[in-house]
Amino acid sequence: MVSNTTYSTNQIMELLNEIPDPEVPAISIVELGVVRDVIEGEKEFKILITPTYSGCPALHAMQSAIKQTLNEKGIDHSIEIVLSPAWTTEWMSDAVKEKLRAYGIAPPKPKTGNEQKLFSTSFDEIACPFCKSNQTQLESVFGSTACKSLHYCLQCQQPFEHFKCH
Amino acid sequence: MSPSPNKEALLQYCLYLADNSLILGHRLSEWCGHGPILEEDIALANISLDLIGQSRLFYSYAAEVEGLNKSEDDYAYFRDARQFRNALLCEIPNGHFGTSILRQLLFSQYACLLFEKLSQSTDTKLAAIASKSLKECLYHLRHSSEWTIRLGCGTEESHSKMLEAIEAVWRYHKDLFADDHFEKEMKSSGIAPLSSSLYNEWVEKIKIVFDLASLAFPDQTFNVIGGRDGKHTEHLGYILADMQFVQRAYPGGEW
Repeated sequence: MVSNTTYSTNQIMELLNEIPDPEVPAISIVELGVVRDVIEGEKEFKILITPTYSGCPALHAMQSAIKQTLNEKGIDHSIEIVLSPAWTTEWMSDAVKEKLRAYGIAPPKPKTGNEQKLFSTSFDEIACPFCKSNQTQLESVFGSTACKSLHYCLQCQQPFEHFKCH
Repeated sequence: MSPSPNKEALLQYCLYLADNSLILGHRLSEWCGHGPILEEDIALANISLDLIGQSRLFYSYAAEVEGLNKSEDDYAYFRDARQFRNALLCEIPNGHFGTSILRQLLFSQYACLLFEKLSQSTDTKLAAIASKSLKECLYHLRHSSEWTIRLGCGTEESHSKMLEAIEAVWRYHKDLFADDHFEKEMKSSGIAPLSSSLYNEWVEKIKIVFDLASLAFPDQTFNVIGGRDGKHTEHLGYILADMQFVQRAYPGGEW
């Protein structure tokens, strides 16, 4: 095993930043906000991760990918799951949101606090990732994964997914 | 050495929260492949997944509190009906879509009020799980509220289905608010609110949805309680038989 001292926490973070999200491979697990921190201990690095949604089945795949990536470099580490603060799409940078859009998923908007109101219109007029039209409608708040909703573009007639503001 | 009363109360309280989410989550999972439309099939499966995820967090914390090296699976798969503490509302059969929606509305409104308070708990672990769960339960509440309104105001047929749903579900709602002595101990040590203290606000909020749905708020006074004491309806045994069979037949089996 390579001594951990050959790596800095920043370098570990860079390695983790190359691991794609298993469901949305256009962005990394660091960009998604799942990797919260890398802490250097005496014997190993501690990787702090947080689930997007409580039942997200991808968390297990992410843990395996982290283990594999770091083991390949001979880096001793442990993974700890933290729950607080709760994951939020507010942690995504504009650059990451643009990657989502380019991949065909409408990115989350900034939080307004109206998302949970009855018949809220905050899910309407989500810009279509294909033709950029705002003439879109919500099909369902629940999509193919817990973090996405289903929409339909009235302009280009394409169904598309939207990363929910959470 | 028997655990201190405080620790036992915290353990039993965590199991109550975990059992609620697991049993209702399992019930909803029965809709998978049977939803009335594809979008609702996906929605109910998503809600189920959230709830089962929340139950895992509560069970894991219960295991930590109990300190006997148990895993979340030990609680889910190796306890019998009398040891399950979930509110009765969570275990009643799915019925038709309207019944499942109404059951979800009553539960989600309770969960949102409870988790809002619990997210301020002096117990940081419970507070963290509650804050995370609250964000998810708000989606469930909005989903079930909107469907209750659509169905209540929809057609004569859908309206009558919602009346059937009230008939099937309403008698179990009070069990959500039936504090037991563990909960009272949680309250006195400042960890959690009494469920009964959430009742008035719950009624107010449910009334708003019922009004919008053109459904009369039920004046039915017959209530069944007993979930926290392990006194369940006949339905829980069937859920456990289905859910626990593989682990009981092949203990510790993995794939």
